[in-house]
Amino acid sequence: MSKPASSPSPARVSKVRRTRAAEQSGVHYPRWFWPAFASPAIAWLLVFFLLPLYTVLSIAFGTVDPIFRTPLPVWQPWWWTTSHVVEGLDKTFGLFQQVYLRTFWYVLLASAVCLVLGYAVAYYVARHGGRRKTLLLVLLVSPLWISYLMRMLAWVNLLDREGYVNRILTFLHVVPQPVGWLEGRGITVILGLVYGYIPYMILPLYAFLDRIEGSLLESGRDLGADPVSTFVRVTLPLSRPAILAGLVIVSLPMFGDYFTNTMLSGSPSTTMIGNLIDDSINTAGQGPEAAVLILILMIMLLIPIGYYLRSTARAAEAR
Amino acid sequence: MTGSITDRRAVVTRAPTPRLGRLRSWWSNPWRKPRLLEAVTWAYLAWSILPIFVAVLISFNQGRSNSSIQGLGLNWWWGDPSSSLFRDPELHAAIFQSLRLSVATMVVTVPLGVAFALGLDRWHGRGSGTANFVMLLSFVMPEIVLGVAMFLVVVHVLAFLNLGTVAQVVGLVTYQLSYPVIIVRARLLSVGKEYEEAAMDLGAPPRQAIRRVLLPLLYPAILASFTVVFADSLDDFVTVRYLSGPANSEPLSVKIYNFSRGSPTPAINAAATFLLFATTIVVVLGYLGYRYTQRGERREDMTALTGL
Repeated sequence: MSKPASSPSPARVSKVRRTRAAEQSGVHYPRWFWPAFASPAIAWLLVFFLLPLYTVLSIAFGTVDPIFRTPLPVWQPWWWTTSHVVEGLDKTFGLFQQVYLRTFWYVLLASAVCLVLGYAVAYYVARHGGRRKTLLLVLLVSPLWISYLMRMLAWVNLLDREGYVNRILTFLHVVPQPVGWLEGRGITVILGLVYGYIPYMILPLYAFLDRIEGSLLESGRDLGADPVSTFVRVTLPLSRPAILAGLVIVSLPMFGDYFTNTMLSGSPSTTMIGNLIDDSINTAGQGPEAAVLILILMIMLLIPIGYYLRSTARAAEAR
Repeated sequence: MTGSITDRRAVVTRAPTPRLGRLRSWWSNPWRKPRLLEAVTWAYLAWSILPIFVAVLISFNQGRSNSSIQGLGLNWWWGDPSSSLFRDPELHAAIFQSLRLSVATMVVTVPLGVAFALGLDRWHGRGSGTANFVMLLSFVMPEIVLGVAMFLVVVHVLAFLNLGTVAQVVGLVTYQLSYPVIIVRARLLSVGKEYEEAAMDLGAPPRQAIRRVLLPLLYPAILASFTVVFADSLDDFVTVRYLSGPANSEPLSVKIYNFSRGSPTPAINAAATFLLFATTIVVVLGYLGYRYTQRGERREDMTALTGL
């Protein structure tokens, strides 16, 4: 991770691979040796990760017990029925359409704010942190160690009708009387999402910006570019992959988030996809609906997840 | 071009008013101090940390309010006989459930993950790529997907797991498994294979080379994994909430969530602050240990401890 990003020539890569393959083929270790290390975790992931995901599919495409209304998973794809899925898609484009659109908007706005604010902070710390860099980094990392719930709880306390935010605002005469920030306001939810996930944006951006060679920027300056054009023409284009990675890292959990919303609003006027899933899984007899909602969410997130997996694989190959 | 040095001088002398000219030369001076960025950064840090301070302070509130401080004291930690953190039976039990879950998760996840990392790093067969892919998938999957999927599988398929502590630990291990793998693989990359190969060239059988050479080299990463997994499981609540059974299997994080939607008292802040203190202690210990196991090495950046 600390190595500068450089792509070795294809010839070198294949040479490295060949030597690795030679070692692998039993110079030092028997052939079964390393797979044996991985096997317990692979078994674990098969049973407790892939099987649950397949269960979601089998319930989404399954049937329901006619008496108890409990979901009956159907394991063989050739016996799958599509009634739940059709119903779910119907709702997606009908009853729930607003919720889906709202979620997209919230995630889009919150990710954009995360990016702009996060970039500024990461850039400052990476380039101008100076002697205070360690302190700044500790402060940037610390939210990751603090429970997400506590960070939301802090805002619940602050944004209460009698809370400190309203007191300061009324004292400064910004608002005539206390505002019900926690009573179903989209802006509160968006700010909550930004507050919750922005550290995940700042750290990869910082890690990347910190690796950009200073000499590259200095040569820009020496050639007469002012700081803004050095930034626009050199730093920004270079950091495109880090920006995309950061956007994926913050937007994926935002799409599945329901707790920010319940804690900071709790009103139907700000319901997100996560809330739909959470509500249906907590309601008896709604198992198939929850499974279908999860399925739809997964399909929606296929592109960002795919992007993330591909770029990680590429990064691994490049080293 | 637009911004060459002679050009800029020309701009300064030609400026219509001296003030505007000064502003312009300040703007285009490549060595100017980034005051605006500095202000944004410190404002961001204040915004990110001050609310936590207030929440901690409120846990020491004497009054009932959880939005304004009416004198400081330990009322909601210990003082109140029925609803303070350590004396409300429900919250009291939740503390132990939190610690139990985190310790159990840590003890299962780290060995599983370290072995997985070694296997993935060294095994170049056909299955290795797929296994790595599945591991990364579990890393990026939104937690609600895993939580709901685990809930459904426990209810409908693996019924012997029963909702409750065992199911919660299984869910947490699955969710946390990728952290030690990622941390240990980063370390393996920086350690390289030289030491281990030297040991084997000197006659050590594979098992010994691993136990006596490679494993000690991995201690910093293993320690970091323990810290990250413990702290993260302590704070986890999505997976744990779906997999909790009876009320006494709900850890503090779930209680905080449930209570904060009812009529919260500062006891909830005390619960959150308790988690904060516990995490801080673990992270500080982890960091000291990390430094200790890395003594004598060139200091690496702290990426291993950021959990990313």
